[in-house]
Amino acid sequence: MTIFAQLLTSFIASAGFAILFNAPKRALWQCGTIGMLGWILYYVLFAHGIDSVAATVLAAILAGVLSQISARIYKIPVIIFNVAGIIPLVPGGLAYNAMRQFVEDDYSLGIQLATKVMLLSGAIALGLVFSEVAKQLGDRHRKSKRTRGSMQ
Amino acid sequence: MENKLFIARVCTLAGKIMLKSGAETYRVEDTMNRIASAFGLKNAQSFVTPTGINFSTGFADPSNTIRISDRSTDLHKIAEVNSISRKIDEGDLDAIEAFRLLKEIEKADLAFPGWIQVLAAALVSGCFTIMFGGTWPDFLPAAVAGGISYSVVLGTAYFIDIRLIADFFGSFAIALLAVLFIKSGLGVEMDKIIIGAVMPLVPGLLITNAVRDLMAGHLLSGMSKGTEALLTAFAIGSGVAIILAFL
Repeated sequence: MTIFAQLLTSFIASAGFAILFNAPKRALWQCGTIGMLGWILYYVLFAHGIDSVAATVLAAILAGVLSQISARIYKIPVIIFNVAGIIPLVPGGLAYNAMRQFVEDDYSLGIQLATKVMLLSGAIALGLVFSEVAKQLGDRHRKSKRTRGSMQ
Repeated sequence: MENKLFIARVCTLAGKIMLKSGAETYRVEDTMNRIASAFGLKNAQSFVTPTGINFSTGFADPSNTIRISDRSTDLHKIAEVNSISRKIDEGDLDAIEAFRLLKEIEKADLAFPGWIQVLAAALVSGCFTIMFGGTWPDFLPAAVAGGISYSVVLGTAYFIDIRLIADFFGSFAIALLAVLFIKSGLGVEMDKIIIGAVMPLVPGLLITNAVRDLMAGHLLSGMSKGTEALLTAFAIGSGVAIILAFL
């Protein structure tokens, strides 16, 4: 039941974000699906005791790779899918908590949480980088296959 | 020469629309170079930062500078320009036709109507509350706070050009509403309501763009967009903090 609620809410949240960023209408459901799958991977990994930073890296890689694939299939710039895909992973809650600790004069806890926020943002960036690398390797592979084919 | 100038106009117009709509700078440069090269200008050079475009058709040719003062987020326009540049690349469009189509895109208002955006913001807020471990009774308060704050942001942005101020007032409204919901007994957990409702204001696109620009080696754009994201986060945080400080 919880998983079902998470699936539903993450789909709506990602697709809703796509609307806020004015994504083309034909890309909305793909945006929602990518965001949903990334979030569910994170949620399941985190529930099984994997560290949130590692879980975020893996989820961001999944979202990034799915974005690259969708961009190729639907001929839409990859950024549109990327944005919606990583939105659920953005540590908004933690950032808020860090801010709250600062306001309440608990600086040491605030710094701790802020560091975690930085690590998580870095993890999202890392995941996107990995998916980009995977895409470039794929492109190169395809290109080399094509040139080899023409040489024969 | 005439021809070269016209091609330069097509390229810079495409770049201008993309940059104004919030595209990554490396994508803007790539698109302009692709269009120029498809029209036979193999030596065209472009240099793009988040606030301006420099484009030259070749050595010793005059270069064009375009200043971009207002940026917004419009992924639809980026996708449209992208598909035009694709068609040019495949040789399906000539320069005159491409220029006409680009002008149409520039003028077109492809944005979702305001009420749909507010509705989307409300749904996003409610859903994030649940995703961050909130309970269903908090769905509606978060949705209401998120929707109202998003309309506050849209309204403020209409009167004041500084985006940070709009974000500040938006998060201020969220915290205020969340406190009211808790005091009146309509909401359960104030933290979850605020976290969910704040999400539509989070600079997600800026963060993604900054990362992608940095990856492509556009250090200048990456750093400046990262800074913009940080400033936005700071504005949102202080809006909430002001209310919390009085609790």
